[in-house]
Amino acid sequence: MSRPFLSVENLAVHFPTSDGIVRATDGLSYTLERGKTLGIVGESGSGKSVSSSAILGLHRNTSARVSGQIWFDGTELIGLSDDEMRAKRGKDVAMIFQDPLSALHPYFRVGDQISEAYLVHNRVPKRVARARTIEMLARVGIPQPERRVDDYPHQFSGGMRQRVMIAMALINDPILLIADEPTTALDVTIQAQILDLLQDLQREFDTALIMITHDLGVIAEVADDVLVMYAGRAVEYGAARELLTKPAMPYTWGLIQSIPDVTGPLDRPLRPIPGNPPSLLDPPAGCPFFARCEYSRFVPDNRCARELPELLPVAEGHLKRCHLEDDVLADYDAVLTGGN
Amino acid sequence: MIAYAIRRILVGIVLLLAMVLVVFVLFFAAGNPARDICGKYCTPEKLANITQVYGYNQPISYQFGQFVQGLAVGRDYPVDDAYRAALEKSNPDLVIHCPAPCLGYSQHSAMTVNAAVVKYAPVTISLAIYAFIIWIVFGVLFGVIAAVFKGKWLDRIIVGVTLVVYALPTFFIGTFLLQFVAIRWKLVPYPRYVSIADGGVLNWIISLTLPALTLALFYMAAYVRITRAFVLESLSEDYIRTARAKGLSERVVLFKHGLRAALTPLLSMAGLDFAALLAGAVITEAVFTYQGLGFLAVISNQNADLPVLIGLVIVAGAAVIIANIVVDILYAYVDPRVRLR
Repeated sequence: MSRPFLSVENLAVHFPTSDGIVRATDGLSYTLERGKTLGIVGESGSGKSVSSSAILGLHRNTSARVSGQIWFDGTELIGLSDDEMRAKRGKDVAMIFQDPLSALHPYFRVGDQISEAYLVHNRVPKRVARARTIEMLARVGIPQPERRVDDYPHQFSGGMRQRVMIAMALINDPILLIADEPTTALDVTIQAQILDLLQDLQREFDTALIMITHDLGVIAEVADDVLVMYAGRAVEYGAARELLTKPAMPYTWGLIQSIPDVTGPLDRPLRPIPGNPPSLLDPPAGCPFFARCEYSRFVPDNRCARELPELLPVAEGHLKRCHLEDDVLADYDAVLTGGN
Repeated sequence: MIAYAIRRILVGIVLLLAMVLVVFVLFFAAGNPARDICGKYCTPEKLANITQVYGYNQPISYQFGQFVQGLAVGRDYPVDDAYRAALEKSNPDLVIHCPAPCLGYSQHSAMTVNAAVVKYAPVTISLAIYAFIIWIVFGVLFGVIAAVFKGKWLDRIIVGVTLVVYALPTFFIGTFLLQFVAIRWKLVPYPRYVSIADGGVLNWIISLTLPALTLALFYMAAYVRITRAFVLESLSEDYIRTARAKGLSERVVLFKHGLRAALTPLLSMAGLDFAALLAGAVITEAVFTYQGLGFLAVISNQNADLPVLIGLVIVAGAAVIIANIVVDILYAYVDPRVRLR
């Protein structure tokens, strides 16, 4: 039986602290094939970055407890030794971070920082690594790469810095790329350029891409599959087209509704989701979204408060974690008006 | 770069002049220097004579101008022109030329302040360099170890010990080392300063070990804590995560990426602390009776030797100002984000 290219099974990342265990991610499962893009959406602290960092083994076993299985290209990553994991990190799996200014070292030239990533996995002379670096800088669209290679990060604009990060991540032709909010710190016009670039490079190298974001617009543009996370758990998972057109649970509805609509009347108020996510230190017994959910009254016996819903299929390849019966949700438009 | 250095030096000179003015006014205008020189068996005639000969009858602004002129081009003592001219004929040996930068003349020790500083400076400079090396090497070393083993027993021991050392006064550490290490346990010979010219490098080092250690321990404790904090801060930065994500080994992540950012800010602190020491480690030198600038400051204070005290303040100020400029220029080399304009 062939496994998917990337298969995350029942992943949990817990951080023991003096106040108790922070359950940053619990029971997370998803799969991803080469050349495809998985979008992970959720608000800050929902476990998007934490779960993806686990694939790179970036959690140090002194501070985090990682359990579950991560099958990547035929290898189980959890339980690999530090050296085995390090050999894959930056080579087979690479990551792009949110804020390229703080993610680049201020004291080293960008060329040295990029070629360092190449040299650590390839036994080649520095000259070769430098040539490869210049080639990558050109590939990600940095003008005059022969000159810019010796500049420092602060001499680049935000968008150019993110291109540097992308060049660094892709220099070893990784087969899985994790982009952690790669466009959040950038201007909107630059965002589109960076997304286009990522998609071009993905097609060129047949890379699997995990796009972490809280921007559903980005998801709609790039993702094949979408995973919606809330309070450390997957709450909805499915093909992007299906999930975005037929979202199946209240949190996803809230996310979609909170997008400002520029085509409608301009005085239409924004519709934020009221309240805050629950503490991951002491998660509630029932549904994590219960306290903020205006639809829980449609669920009998107060189940939302008592019982954590399972992640169950609503349609072929579309899962949701919600007690609401499907027939209550049958008319999505009615639900959008508040269920009244 | 050179334009920057020149401008900083000019600003430094203005700063130094302002400092000289304040010290001058405080010491001369507030006190009665002629009375101090006159001594125990002072008669009104003698006092009037001294006031005249040393120029203390002149307005303070004029005296200050003379002093600054001495700093710039040098001057001759005694100050009163008529008296000096007469002395030139009768007893030319008693006329003293003080070349620029003339810091003044100490009647009490019958030498120029420059000569006094030159006489006492070698001990202080030796002590400062030796202590500096000890505290930088071990302070940074233990600080990095504590940061790497944060929360482990090794970290707790280092942090605990530095807290104790930091809390102990210098005179206690100095007296303890002198009483026990040198006198009771005889681990080292009783410390007496030996210059390189007299005893060679080895004896010079041995003679300085206890006082340098005394001086270094306090700074070392501070630097352990600062280094630890800087390294921990650096290791929590995003670029460290990037370095790990590249697949670099923990050793490279720590020593190349972590320390590079953590140790750079130490440069400016170390430069200023070293410069401050050049004005003399008063307590350490007093405990070990090492005749350095700090010792000179103490005896000058006891003897109300105001010219020497003013000279020492100027030397200390100049050391700090120069160190500041040097550190700023060095910083531009180690931190690419700093550009000197």
